[in-house]
Amino acid sequence: MGDSQYSFSLTTFSPSGKLVQIEYALTAVGAGQTSLGIKASNGVVIATEKKLPSILVDENSVHKIQLITPNIGVAYSGMGPDSRVLVRKSRKQAQQYKRLYHEPIPLSQLVRETAAVMQEFTQSGGVRPFGVSLLMAGFDDNGPQLYQVDPSGSYFSWKASAIGKNVSNAKTFLEKRYTDDMELEDAIHTAILTLKEGFEGQISGKNIEIGIVDASRKFRVLTPAEVDDYLAEVE
Amino acid sequence: MSITSYNGSALIAMVGKNCFAIASDRRLGVQFQTIATDFQRIFEIHETLYVGLSGLATDVQTMYQRLKFRHKLYNLREERNMRPETFASLVSAMLYEKRFGPYFCEPIIAGLNEDGTPFICTTDLIGAKQLSKDFVVSGTASESLYGACESMYKPNLEPEELFETISQALLSSVDRDCISGWGGIVHVVSADQVITRTLKGRMD
Repeated sequence: MGDSQYSFSLTTFSPSGKLVQIEYALTAVGAGQTSLGIKASNGVVIATEKKLPSILVDENSVHKIQLITPNIGVAYSGMGPDSRVLVRKSRKQAQQYKRLYHEPIPLSQLVRETAAVMQEFTQSGGVRPFGVSLLMAGFDDNGPQLYQVDPSGSYFSWKASAIGKNVSNAKTFLEKRYTDDMELEDAIHTAILTLKEGFEGQISGKNIEIGIVDASRKFRVLTPAEVDDYLAEVE
Repeated sequence: MSITSYNGSALIAMVGKNCFAIASDRRLGVQFQTIATDFQRIFEIHETLYVGLSGLATDVQTMYQRLKFRHKLYNLREERNMRPETFASLVSAMLYEKRFGPYFCEPIIAGLNEDGTPFICTTDLIGAKQLSKDFVVSGTASESLYGACESMYKPNLEPEELFETISQALLSSVDRDCISGWGGIVHVVSADQVITRTLKGRMD
């Protein structure tokens, strides 16, 4: 874990009271591909850009939106490998809860535990904060919910939110379009329109990913064909 | 001398119509010497969830303290009470953690689900859950208790009738077991109220 002379925490306070590493982590998130989520009255939709570095990359092998439990999914903005570590830890925490209580973990509890992990990495020696913000979406006994978790470990429940590049335009767009009684289908259309706003190039089922969870409590990622159908509806 | 019959105990839980009853004896002994006649074996976890613990008295108390602790934390974190099935899973997990050096107690769990239907179950000392639709028993008098419950139990009893049934089953069984008895305590729990009564049986 490094020479004893240099084993101080990278997250020491600056004179202005900030933790600079967390600020930089948030910058890393802000440079990442846009993700957004919308909570509807009967479900949640999360969507993310899936811009691949080259046309030679096999897009079927890239999964940006991932399942944590059958009823909880997560999208991220920022560093992909960091998100995979968090997804792995969250999946383990969800399973431990299930083993103990024989009940699926409530989304708010999973978010709390994931955020606690992210916070640990802002207060330990020799580690750096995670360079991702996560959008966790799920449907449990408290209905549909959408949470954002930041590198600092803070988490918020949102009706609709966006993270990554183009955040301010996306949020403004969402603020105008969001209504409390929106249904899942409307939310999916709104999500696509919001992504389209800041999208560079031609949007298609191959360069965005959409995940939805409805009252059936089964989170699933839409196939590229389904995404193309929704895109056609939106035109 | 078996460790589970060192202190002596008798416990029953029965399912009624939108209610349940949980009863225990009150004796605490050290083998054949009676030490106390007001020993508490049934504990409230929350308004509609009770746990009764039979077996070694020190483990009864420790298990209760640990379960109370876990439930309090759960309540603070999840801002709600535990459902009876969830609690039963927790008890089972906690007992199995000590698989190779177990707590010498056999709990019975009794509660009301959110929709008002009663739930009872028991586990063995290493956490094997046993759900039941009618009654569960535990303790040194368990064999007599099984017989008494089997013959006296009827489904869908109202709280007052359930009280009579469980009391008679308890008192007649502890009379056949020399290390349990010295009175009884019965809690009859419905969605809106709990009635607790003490029983005076053969005080020996």
